[in-house]
Amino acid sequence: MSAQNIDILAIETSCDETAAAVVRNGREVLSNVIYTQIALHTVYGGVVPEIASRKHIEKINYVVQKALDDAEMTLDEIDAVAVTAGPGLVGALLVGVAEAKAIAWAAKKPLIGVHHIEGHISANYIEHPELEPPYLGLIVSGGHTHLVVVKDWSEFEILGRTVDDAAGEAFDKVARAIGLGYPGGPKIDKAAKEGNPDAIHFPKAKVSGSAYDFSFSGLKSAVLNYLNHAEMVHEEVNPADLAASFQKAVVEVLCDHTVSAARDLGIRKVAMAGGVSANSALRAAMQKTCSENGLDFYVPSPVYCTDNAAMIGAAAYHEYLSGYRSGWDLNAVPNLRLGEHL
Amino acid sequence: MKLLALDSSGLVASAAVLEDEVLLAEYTVNYKKTHSQTLLPMLDEIARMIELDLSEVDAVAVAAGPGSFTGLRIGSATAKGLGLALGRPVIEVPTLAAMAYGLFGAAGLLCPIMDARRSQVYSGIYRFEQASLVTVRDQEPKAVSELCAELTALPEELTGKGILFLGDGVPAYRDLIDRELALPHTYVPAHGNRQRAAAVGALGEVYYAEGRFVKAEEHVPIYLRKSQAEQQREEALRKQAPLKGMTL
Repeated sequence: MSAQNIDILAIETSCDETAAAVVRNGREVLSNVIYTQIALHTVYGGVVPEIASRKHIEKINYVVQKALDDAEMTLDEIDAVAVTAGPGLVGALLVGVAEAKAIAWAAKKPLIGVHHIEGHISANYIEHPELEPPYLGLIVSGGHTHLVVVKDWSEFEILGRTVDDAAGEAFDKVARAIGLGYPGGPKIDKAAKEGNPDAIHFPKAKVSGSAYDFSFSGLKSAVLNYLNHAEMVHEEVNPADLAASFQKAVVEVLCDHTVSAARDLGIRKVAMAGGVSANSALRAAMQKTCSENGLDFYVPSPVYCTDNAAMIGAAAYHEYLSGYRSGWDLNAVPNLRLGEHL
Repeated sequence: MKLLALDSSGLVASAAVLEDEVLLAEYTVNYKKTHSQTLLPMLDEIARMIELDLSEVDAVAVAAGPGSFTGLRIGSATAKGLGLALGRPVIEVPTLAAMAYGLFGAAGLLCPIMDARRSQVYSGIYRFEQASLVTVRDQEPKAVSELCAELTALPEELTGKGILFLGDGVPAYRDLIDRELALPHTYVPAHGNRQRAAAVGALGEVYYAEGRFVKAEEHVPIYLRKSQAEQQREEALRKQAPLKGMTL
């Protein structure tokens, strides 16, 4: 423990990644260990919560110890223990929460429960230390699609969210329907590179009542209808064209909403986060539209887009500085709302 | 030696600290609050009361299963986290063996039963031979009628001194047991009929002396059942197997 540096051990087990990291001052990643379970869940076509939870408990100590070892630190030298407390799969979250609590208690360190989405947003600080609130945040992942104003380090105003499927969920479902398999995001991204995004026109969903809300289930249905129709009339479907056209529709609505929110609110900075922000077409399109509209655009490297613990350590740093501490009764909250303290 | 002991396998949350053959503190709650919220605050409370110096702790004993999958993982992750931070091993104590051990010295057969849903109970059959707990039949999930038939088939030298039932399966299945089991049997009263961390710790001390403990990172709960998704998948594969000439 040095006088200036705050080193946080962070743990993340909200879905199918068992992850731990040590992060210095919310910016510098001293270690970032991720054990991914994707292969385990592939045969089931999606994450099976009980299997994920069992794998977390099997791997958790190895992952945490490796994070300490990679950072060349002992628990004594850590200033606080942070953990994702929600939202996520409750059984999966509970493993990380119980582990983090026990470690913090036994090592006599403060405990900080972190919101998973706040973690995703904070992933941007790791490679863009100059980024500071206020800015516009777009979080797109398998479980979340949120457009928010990041007013302060841990103060958020939600402008829009999905009213049905998350963007990543739509990728998974469409990938399954066209036989690309799980996980859908990377599979569609890859297939789309060989396809024509203008081959099929899919409608852009509008949500009545809110300019910034998203809806992806209509788009998903449009893809399924297209497939059914093709089958009925014995027309061959080009999966690459379909993937590219579907992806274009998702990317367009994400870009449109983000740019109009930035314009409406007079915000000049946009940061994207979450697993879907690893999608190459989305990154390119958002970069392009932001620069056309004179907006600064931030997005983490793909490794910090998908679930990881470094982002939890980055988020916990500002909570730590604000004096926020969790109690030993910290619980996993599967439906935790953004900005809500634990 | 000093031990921390935890049991969050069922509805009860329980934490204890033992030193050699003395119970220093135990905190047991059987209430609806989730174990995730209660277990560590309970441990914290008793540790403060007895001014526990964590550096003196030699091992962490945990009721390793069977039980509620989530409950087991809360106990296991807590034990593993403690083990990691303290650099101490974990003693995996079978839940039902610990429950039986809580009735140390009983003359008859001990039959702890835990509600396992799907019309089954997790049960084990134990007896004491002088100072040792002997497993007559290891813990496993089965229907109560099957358990009654199994007990009935045991030799009279084992069942002659009566059978003691305990565990959260009793309220649900007591009537059925009374109907189906002709052998003399009875039900353990409140102080001894649920999980207690003291019993986990006491049996844990025996295991520890025998060298039966694991590195904290190696510990996983004893579920006794695969996840539903795995069961369904295996079932589906079994049905397909003869058609495709596959073997599992």
